[in-house]
Amino acid sequence: MKNIFKLILTGLLLAGVNTAQAQITEKPGFGKFAITGATVHTVTNGTLENAIVLIDGEKISYVGDNAKITNEYTKIDASGKHVYPGFMDSKTYLGLVEINAVAVTVDNRELGQYNPNILAFTAFNPHSAAIPVNRLGGVTHVLSSPTGGVISGQAAIMDLWGYSPDSMAVDATAGMILGWPRYGRRGSFDQRPDQKIEEEYAKLISDIDLFLDKARFYDKMMTEFEKNSKGKQHPDKDIKMEAMRELVNGKTPLIVEVTRSQDILKAIDWAKEPKNSKLNIVFSGATEGWRVAKEIAEAGIPCLVPALYLPTRQYDHIHRPYENAAKLHEAGVKVAMMTGETENVRNLPFHAGYAAAYGLGTEEALKAVTINPAEIFGIDDVLGSVEAGKQANLFISDGDPFEPLSQIEHVFIKGYKIPMTSRHAQLYEEFLDRDAVEN
Amino acid sequence: MNFNTGSRMKKILTLFVLMVAVTGVKAQETGSVLIQNATVITITGEDLENTDVLIRDGKITEIGQNLSAPRRVTKVDATGKFVMPGIIDAHSHLNTVSTNESRNPVTAEVTMEESVNPNSVSIYRAIAGGVTSIHLMHGSANVIGGQNETLKLRYGANVDGMRFEGAPRTIKFALGENPTRVHGQGNGVQPRTRMGVEQVIRGHFDAALNYKRNREEYLAAKAKWDSDKKGTPPVPVAQNLRFDVLNDIIEGNVWVHCHSYRADEILMLMRVFNDYGIKNYTFQHANEAFKVAPELAKNGARTSVFSDWWAYKFEVYYSTAYNASILNANGVVNSINSDDSELIRHLNHEAAKTVRYGNTSVHDALKMITINPAIQIGVDDRVGSIEVGKDGDVVIWSGHPLSIYSKVEQTYIDGKKYFDLSEDPADMRISIDPNDDFESAANFEVYHSGRQNDACLEGAFILNTETIQQ
Repeated sequence: MKNIFKLILTGLLLAGVNTAQAQITEKPGFGKFAITGATVHTVTNGTLENAIVLIDGEKISYVGDNAKITNEYTKIDASGKHVYPGFMDSKTYLGLVEINAVAVTVDNRELGQYNPNILAFTAFNPHSAAIPVNRLGGVTHVLSSPTGGVISGQAAIMDLWGYSPDSMAVDATAGMILGWPRYGRRGSFDQRPDQKIEEEYAKLISDIDLFLDKARFYDKMMTEFEKNSKGKQHPDKDIKMEAMRELVNGKTPLIVEVTRSQDILKAIDWAKEPKNSKLNIVFSGATEGWRVAKEIAEAGIPCLVPALYLPTRQYDHIHRPYENAAKLHEAGVKVAMMTGETENVRNLPFHAGYAAAYGLGTEEALKAVTINPAEIFGIDDVLGSVEAGKQANLFISDGDPFEPLSQIEHVFIKGYKIPMTSRHAQLYEEFLDRDAVEN
Repeated sequence: MNFNTGSRMKKILTLFVLMVAVTGVKAQETGSVLIQNATVITITGEDLENTDVLIRDGKITEIGQNLSAPRRVTKVDATGKFVMPGIIDAHSHLNTVSTNESRNPVTAEVTMEESVNPNSVSIYRAIAGGVTSIHLMHGSANVIGGQNETLKLRYGANVDGMRFEGAPRTIKFALGENPTRVHGQGNGVQPRTRMGVEQVIRGHFDAALNYKRNREEYLAAKAKWDSDKKGTPPVPVAQNLRFDVLNDIIEGNVWVHCHSYRADEILMLMRVFNDYGIKNYTFQHANEAFKVAPELAKNGARTSVFSDWWAYKFEVYYSTAYNASILNANGVVNSINSDDSELIRHLNHEAAKTVRYGNTSVHDALKMITINPAIQIGVDDRVGSIEVGKDGDVVIWSGHPLSIYSKVEQTYIDGKKYFDLSEDPADMRISIDPNDDFESAANFEVYHSGRQNDACLEGAFILNTETIQQ
């Protein structure tokens, strides 16, 4: 009797184990790892054959070919494999939008035209089902951004591993989003007289100027008060103006969403105004950047661009979108790749791949998803290359990660060896060879 | 001209005019070309190294080594390059004039036949991505939507010249959120639920069968009355085009392509189709088809899916990019479609993702954009592989078509070259609409990629009559 009981119990336990395996139970690895034998694409220090990468805790502690690997290290034999820095998608809505068509799950658009105090960091959902799905493709950190209105709020650079925005934030206030107003007629239906179009556009720009002027004044007033408050009346704190201070003094980049060439030129003229000289401006989108690449380069404004989109005009050559990054780079613009996606930022390597194939070259395209965005956002001391001392965001692949036929085999984010599973992979495990209960 | 030259001359003239008329309608512009020394991906057979493909007057006539070019046939040196059949997109709205007739849950009588814009520059963009045929579909606003049209992308031809002659008739069905939103939520008529969707289909099939019986009885009675004029004439049963098409579906003359997402609604439609004896159908999108892959295989149902799109609406939230691989491994004939004028430009790369997600073989991945969609739209005897006797719809690629670095160099349809990378001008518009270009130049606003909205719902006006949404 006892034995039968045992048998039943064992059976139940086994059943329990089986069920548990279908859930996310695998823990990430953390501690000391030694990746050996790999071709290491450091990005900043060339490509090393048969090299060693050591990871200690959150950081890369060694990159080279001559390290003593003690027993405390978990060894990963990566002979014949490739190590790359984790890719960064420079503009996404990941974490802010769960299902685009279900309004209550869409947290990237706040009401109002001027929202500098709105933080993507706040609404970033660390438990979005899309995060594991996407990080398995080698994208280890993203810029997650609000949108809409004139000043949409502040984007955050987030690691795609963690249980809280706090632990995932590389930079919680990475950039202020400005939706650049559209110049000119909105379409053939737009019957406004030319003068009215000019006036209305001028008003939109002067509103932005006014807001920035206020912010500069506020920053100056506060700075003076903070330096010496003796005998001064305490100025009222303004939550929006407070959020603008780091922007007007050039610490927080101003990410200007702008796509059409005529708007890019207007934005450049605006950026060149002496009072805006302190601003650290980045263009996002810039899908027609190739038309005015020289002007963008002269203004020294980096661009965040996608590659997989349609030609913006009917008469444009079919390959312009693919070539945009290359043409900007040739003109001297610093380029980082973005998808503008939510649930499919895993396609970032393919945007980079198209840019590579259409003029940018593999090496430059690799920079556009690693060190370039890190430099643009001032996090290149932490991320963007495989270097000792940097945060361990990297992955191991069996080939060129821009090729869809390559497989990403291991992903490390902030030193954590990520379980290579996600809802997509789990559904595959469960349904590939489903127990066929007949219909 | 004097036409009074006797009856014999008249007859000859009439015959001549008739011949011109007939051939004028039927003849497509075809071409001949000898593609030499390529790696030929035949799809239905082995890949062939250092092989030539000869296309004469639109048809593949020879595949082999060291073929000699007949007189006046152009030779193309494809050493180091790959030749593959033209890509076929089983789900496209690439060049529709309108996409949805959304004012009734059942609109079987409408058709995309006359809703084709042959001059859309998006056709050229697709050819440049190696696509040669598309299944131009009605939208997904209705449970039983309109009929689709299969096209060959003969850019420069008129509407009739673009039709895929001989392709079977097909029709769009739609389950789930789209018809329940448009009709139930939007117009306050059934279906508001997936329960309602089933009954709309069954109700209309039954009504169509009733109509057919009554109509046939009436026509027989009328024929009898017409001949003997006895008694009172029979009460007329008017012809009903909608029911005629529904009967064509039941009789197998119109193939169903059904927009669907959830596994349960896929099972529902298979039950309904089994009850009415309907075969030869394909589930479109079918993000959850992988959950019922054995049932699909058992019923011989086919699927046409996205490579990785998910989570853009609730009914695709519990889906996976491994869908295609699971379906393929379970023996379901699956294709990868675009349903999008951007994605259609790189369907080769979309197919490649099935290798990344679920280890589909390279060979099977390529079938999913060639022979499999051809089977689904019933043109696999003509296109989808490189075989002697098939149409000369082939593409020359600079490298293996699943590599991200490979480019389409030349696209041939019926042996005629429609795209050549080396002589590719910027402006490839055929018809220039100043308004249209003004819009595209002036109105292009914020970049977005991926599936933001449902392309299939274009033109369907959704009015929310419900004050509280649950």
